[in-house]
Formats: sequence, C-alpha cells, structure tokens
Amino acid sequence: MTADLNPGLVLIAGAVLVPLLPVVLRAAWMLLLPAAALALVVSAEPGAHGVLPFLSYDLVTFRLDALGRVFALVFLLATAMSVIYTLHARDPLQQVAGLVYAGAGVGGVLAGDLVTLFVFWELTALASVFLVWARGGDAAYRAGMRYLIVQVGSGVLLMAGVIVHVAGGGSLAFEHIGLDAPGGLAIFLAFGIKAAFPLLHAWLVDAYPKATIAGTVWLSIFTTKLAVYALARGFAGTEILIWIGVAMAVFTVFYAIVENDLRKVLAYNLITQLGFMVTGIGIGTELSLNGTVAHATASVLYQALLFMTIGALMLRTGSARITDLGGLYKSMPWTAAFCIVGAASISALPLTSGFVSKSMVLSALGHEHLFVPWLLLTGVSAAALQFCGLRVPYFAFFGEDRGHRVAEAPASMLAPMAITAFLCIGIGIAPGLLYALLPFPVDYAPYTVAHVVNQMQLVAFSALVFIWLLRGGGYPAALPAENLDVDVLYRKALPAAVGWTMRVFGPLDRGLRAAATGFTRHAIAQLYRHHGPSGTLTRTMGAGNMAFWIVLVLAVYLIIALGAGVEPDTAASAAH
Amino acid sequence: MNHDQPPNERVTGAHWLEDRRNVDRLVIALAVACALLFFADALYAKHPYFDIENLFGFYAIFGFVVSAGFVFGALWLRALVMRPRDYYDRDG
Repeated sequence: MTADLNPGLVLIAGAVLVPLLPVVLRAAWMLLLPAAALALVVSAEPGAHGVLPFLSYDLVTFRLDALGRVFALVFLLATAMSVIYTLHARDPLQQVAGLVYAGAGVGGVLAGDLVTLFVFWELTALASVFLVWARGGDAAYRAGMRYLIVQVGSGVLLMAGVIVHVAGGGSLAFEHIGLDAPGGLAIFLAFGIKAAFPLLHAWLVDAYPKATIAGTVWLSIFTTKLAVYALARGFAGTEILIWIGVAMAVFTVFYAIVENDLRKVLAYNLITQLGFMVTGIGIGTELSLNGTVAHATASVLYQALLFMTIGALMLRTGSARITDLGGLYKSMPWTAAFCIVGAASISALPLTSGFVSKSMVLSALGHEHLFVPWLLLTGVSAAALQFCGLRVPYFAFFGEDRGHRVAEAPASMLAPMAITAFLCIGIGIAPGLLYALLPFPVDYAPYTVAHVVNQMQLVAFSALVFIWLLRGGGYPAALPAENLDVDVLYRKALPAAVGWTMRVFGPLDRGLRAAATGFTRHAIAQLYRHHGPSGTLTRTMGAGNMAFWIVLVLAVYLIIALGAGVEPDTAASAAH
Repeated sequence: MNHDQPPNERVTGAHWLEDRRNVDRLVIALAVACALLFFADALYAKHPYFDIENLFGFYAIFGFVVSAGFVFGALWLRALVMRPRDYYDRDG
C-alpha cells in the first residue's frame, strides 16, 4: 500500500507533526522524512501508482518515470541539506513551511495527471510564502503578498487551462501538451510564471531576497525547477522556448552586474541558469533535454550552496549588501571556500557540476546549428564567471575590508554547505553518476580537449576583464540603490496611474454627480409642488368649488357661441 | 568600525592575500595563463559546429569582448533604471 503513496505526501504529513515533537527529536525527525521519501522513490516500480477515481476520470497521484525520478531525487537531497541549514533558526514555522513546500515540489514532479499537479502547484505557493513572511516586518509582508498573488495566479491560470484542455478533448494525464492543444497557451503561461519567463519573472527577484536566511535557500530549490520539469514534460520542442530561454539568460546578466544585494544578484543568476534549461527544452532533442535535466540538477545544488554561504554571511554580519560586506575571508574562511566552489560551479569551470551540465545545452544548440542562440548563450557562459563567479565571492569575502570581525558560520550551516560543495565537485569529476539518472541514454563526453580548452579560454579572458576593470576603477561599484525591474509596473506605475486617475477624474466625477443630484432634487421639488399633498394637481376640492368652475366654463362657452351667432341648441348637440 | 578589532590581529592573523605583492603575483599569473590559453589554440584539433570557431583564439577573444560588453551594457542599464534605495517606500 505504501508503494502507492506519493513520496511528497510523506514530507507534508511529517511536517505537520514537527511542532508537536520535543525539540530534541525534531532534527532527527525532519531528516528522517526526506530519507523515508527517498526510500519510497527508490523502491517504487516505474509506472502509475495511487490511482484515485475522480468524477469520470482516474487521477494518477504517483507516477514514476525517468524524468520525474531525477527531479524527485535531487529535491529530496536538497531538502535534507535545507533541513540541516534551517536548524540555526530554531523556528518551527520555517521548518514546517519548508518541509510542506518541499513535499509539494516532490509531489508535483511525481504527479501523473493535471489535477494532482495543480494541487501540488498551488501548495508550493501557499507553503513557500511563509518562508518570506517568517522574516517579519512590513517589507517582507508586502513582498510575500505580491509573491502569493503571482503564484496563486499561476495556479488559477493552470486550472483554467486544464479545464479548457479537458473540455476540448485533451487528456487529463500529464503528458506532452504543446501550444496548439486546447488550453495549451494558458498552461504554458502558468508554467512560464513559475519558470520566471522574461516579464513574468519579477516575483522572483522581488521576494527571494526578502525571505528569511534559510527561506531563500528553500525557495531557490523547488518552485522554478518544478516549472522546468513541467515545461520539459508538457512543452518539449516548443521552438519559442529557445528564444525565451536566451532572453532570460541575457537580460539578467546586466542586473546581476550592478545589483548591490547579493541575494538579489543570486536571484538574477538563478534566472540566467533557468534560461539555459528553458532553451534546452525548446530545442527538444534527447541531448538538449538531458542537458536541461542535468543542468537543473546541478543548478539546484550550486544555487542552494551559494544562497547558503550568503545566508551565513547575513547571519554573522546582519547584511547581504556588497556595500556592507568585504574582507570576511579571514573571519569565515570555510564559508568563503564553499562560496568559491559554488561560484566555480555556476561559472562552469571544468571539474565542477556546471561544466558537465551546461556544455550539454550548448552542444545541443551546436548540433542543431542554431547559431545566434549558441553565440548568445556562450557569451553569457563567459560572462557568468565575471558577474557571478568572481563578483559574488570577491565583494562578499575579499574586496574592501569593512572591519567585520565575526565568528565562522555555525556547524549546522557549514555541514550542508560542505556536503553540497562536495557534490558540486563530485558531479564535475564523475559526471557519469549524474548522466546515469537522465531521462535518455547519454552519449556525450564533456571532457574533450576542445571543450576544456575553449571553456578555460572563455573564463580566463572574462576574469581578465574583471581584474582589468577592477584595478582600473572601471568596474561598476555596487551602490546602495534600487534598480527598477518590471515589478515597477505593479508596485509603482499601477498605483500611480490609479492616483492620477483619481486626481484628474475625481473633480469631474464630483461635479457630474453634484449636477445630477441637483437636477434630481429640483425635479423632486417640482413634482412635490404639483403632486404633493398640497400640490395644485392633487389638491382635493369641495363640490361647491367644482360647481363654480363648471358654471364659469359654461358661461364662457355661451358667450363664445352667442358671439359666433350659433343657436345654443345646435351648439350643444354639436358638442355631443 | 575597526576599533573592536583585537590589537594583535595584524601580527598573528596577517593573511598572505593582504600583501599587495602577492595579489600582483596572482594577477600576473592570470595574465600568463590567458596568454598560454590563447596560443593553446594551435595545439589541438577543433571540432567546430560553426565556422567562426575556426578563428584562431576565438573563445579567448569572444570571452574578453562579450564580458566587457556586458559590463558596459550594465552601466548603461543602470543609468536607466537606478533609483534611490527607498524608492518603493515613498508614497506607499
């Protein structure tokens, strides 16, 4: 029976018990949960499990295949790391929210139908927002609200798309959908919001840097990779994704170069890396899809590692802003070393995980002779060393010494950083371990002389630019400022437009309403005057009064008739 | 900010990176590595997907140009989008 249970539910059900347990047992319990879920994933046979009849459909609540499996495995591994990392906070709210969120992520990648996917899709939003709110304060509250609106909006769009899809004759099973299917576009956009497509991405760089220290680590793992998984399953080979991915990778580089808040720099970097994955989905070949999945796996690890190291800095110094940091390599040498490993991986240096995964996507572009996307992504790959690989560790740990003399990160932070760093290098050295998990058979050799030399040339000359500009004073200094992104549209422009409308149309509206009220009042007064209790037209009159008026009318009538020379009898009969 | 620093830190904790000459040595090492990598193009057989890769030192030149281009592009972008830090806190 347990073989039918979606492993995500283990995390969710187990999370609910966390606050009820004695504090000493919590850590062990929270680590047991991903281990138990992992056991379920590893022991389950491929295929459909947990089939539930729902109306006239069968819901497949747990479907295991190669694509879902690799995402579930890396999610569970990252869950265990995040659980340990969160221990320092001693905050049951974050622990529960993190585990439920992880459960929803795992559940989502193992969902066999679109309704089950929708349920887990929305649960990722509802659980993860508490990781933002747990930070406390007005800024986190408002960022959380914006995040929740966008995320739930994605779910509503997904549900709408699924309804149209099924009503239009589509299957409820979550397989390839494509843009031309009924409801395909709505589902595509729902996935696109969580995958941080350009213009739909602002929620990520808005909310992630405002979450708690551990919250950002959790957030970096699940939402966007669940979306990558969903796109890979539903929209592989959709050509527009190549260009969407390239756009994601390119525009975020500019922001990452000038942004001051290191967690925001990493949030932009996260979108850059998603761009490579989305491009791989768009190409749609076995090599490119393998590349996407490999890069998602590698990216979960090094991105979490980088957020962990910056979180440790925040814990010790109280800030993640470049303008507050610098010179910390002496106080926190281990954290600095792990940050460099993460930075090397994101820069795709040989012997790191980024190298063996990113090069698959670039090679897939080459195989398909897609020159412009290849050139742009190769360029981003080169610049990645400079805008992230060097910029983040340099300004955080080296650079100008701002006098922080702090303790090294606590052991509960160093341990997950060490394990994750070990995995980043381990995958780089033995890529076969990762390649064995990929959805398609791998016939790819990352370590050819040309690959290694070319990548080293790219990064060495990119490093040269960094050093040259840094020493020459031409490198953009980090400034304590806000760099506007598209969220300015709903955080500033929309409220301003509403305010402008009120100011311009308010007086007009008031004038029009005053005029209309005045007219109505006047009309009522007139009606009252004529038709009210004493109005001329409704007044009750005495019989004598009436007789007087009739005599008067007849008298006038008689005078007219006589004046006209008409006989009164004739006139009377004519009147009949 | 430096006042809470232990008085003997400079003596016991002086890191080799604090010596400017060592930093210079690192930079020179990088420059040498760049030169070697550039000329390494003569030493291996290329399997290019595109003609442009046959250009001698293509990846080196491209890495340099594109990396510098992104920095200057970012400066231009910043001129366009930078606002004071409390920008979103004003007027609600």
